[in-house]
Amino acid sequence: MAAKPKLWYFHGRGRMESIRWLLAAAGVEFEEEFLETREQYEKLQKDGRLLFGQVPLVEIDGMELTQTRAILSYLAAKYNLHGKDPKETVRIDMYADGTLELMLMVALAAFKPPEEKEESLALVLKKAKTRYFPVFEKILKDHGEDFLVGNKFSWADIQLLEAILTVEELDASVLSDFPLLKEFKTRISNIPTIKKFLQPGSQRKPPPDSHYVEVVRNVLQF
Amino acid sequence: TAGKPKLHYFDARGRMEAILWLLAAAGVEFEEKLIESSEDLDKLRHDESLVFQQVPVVEIDGMNLVQTRAILNYIATKHDLYGKDMKERALIDMYTEGVADLGEMIMLLPLCPPDQKNAKLTLIRERTTNCYLPAFEKVLKSHGQDYLVGNKLSTDIHLVELLYYVEELDSSLLANFPLLKGLKTRVSNLPAMKRFLQPGSQRKPPGSEKSLEQARKIFKF
Repeated sequence: MAAKPKLWYFHGRGRMESIRWLLAAAGVEFEEEFLETREQYEKLQKDGRLLFGQVPLVEIDGMELTQTRAILSYLAAKYNLHGKDPKETVRIDMYADGTLELMLMVALAAFKPPEEKEESLALVLKKAKTRYFPVFEKILKDHGEDFLVGNKFSWADIQLLEAILTVEELDASVLSDFPLLKEFKTRISNIPTIKKFLQPGSQRKPPPDSHYVEVVRNVLQF
Repeated sequence: TAGKPKLHYFDARGRMEAILWLLAAAGVEFEEKLIESSEDLDKLRHDESLVFQQVPVVEIDGMNLVQTRAILNYIATKHDLYGKDMKERALIDMYTEGVADLGEMIMLLPLCPPDQKNAKLTLIRERTTNCYLPAFEKVLKSHGQDYLVGNKLSTDIHLVELLYYVEELDSSLLANFPLLKGLKTRVSNLPAMKRFLQPGSQRKPPGSEKSLEQARKIFKF
């Protein structure tokens, strides 16, 4: 039997959370090794396991994969969440890449000084409300289907749900002008694998706090 | 003609240049619609099919595509420049992301405030010689093949583009990487690339003060 994928990262969301979401949504069990010390990180580097010296690192199918998008793309293809043909795949990529950019803005905001952090998060909210959510509302309205692409559950839907929930943590009313996204949120949250992931005790990580920021700064030395 | 992809961007390398390189390597003729003013950009943005109100935009095969990586992956798939299976594609993606990370640092250097420029440049040199170039040199050394993945042209195109920019920054940075120099020569000599690398092609020159000013006017920053 194939070994479970193994995730190497800090004990928090950061750039790994979208990967956790995708694995969980696909119903794939995975293991996690948490980076807590500089020594652990230096060992990974010395052992040549981090191609560009960076985490996330995912051990899967005999490969040591780094680079968030490369990992997500591989998982999406492997678990049939990447469309049925290149035209569907490119639409999924467009939508997923857009929401991923939003998630990364939130992840990076945690490391900024207080005023800049406020500004960053305000910008995330603004972009969500004026650029991203209107687009997805329109996509759902135009085709009237349950999922973003090809009437089939895909990586794009998982990524959008993650984005919605993350932005709602900043402002609970953010979906007030987006009725179809509200329905989408309920619908996707009720998919059994996702429902499970959203329950307490799952491998989903909490929002970054000062302890998380301290550990990351200490391990990566910045 | 109906067939040619149409690229919407402003007159600079930026995020569109990698797409030009890939289309050129695939031997695909393309048209460019240059955004020259903020009015041009507004006109483009009012087209409802423009997904996230951003450029690059590529019109291809009846679609309006945005998001650089989505566009590159579509073109690479279409022209068989994306490996033979999922595992090769994962390696290609990993390498492409590394190229994009360093490429982004170099691309954004002109936008750096003058008092931070030296520090940024030092960082770029350090990452180039200690992280990125050694990683790619090691990949080529590990299998001794002509290309990074599966003995076939793929993300080598993106890496070679980057090597040209590294060379423009400081040609001595490539000194200790013989296999990368070999790759650069080999890819540059492919007939489609050779044409693209000649003067008069659609390839863009390095950014200038003038082009930065124009970008500031168009994108209002």
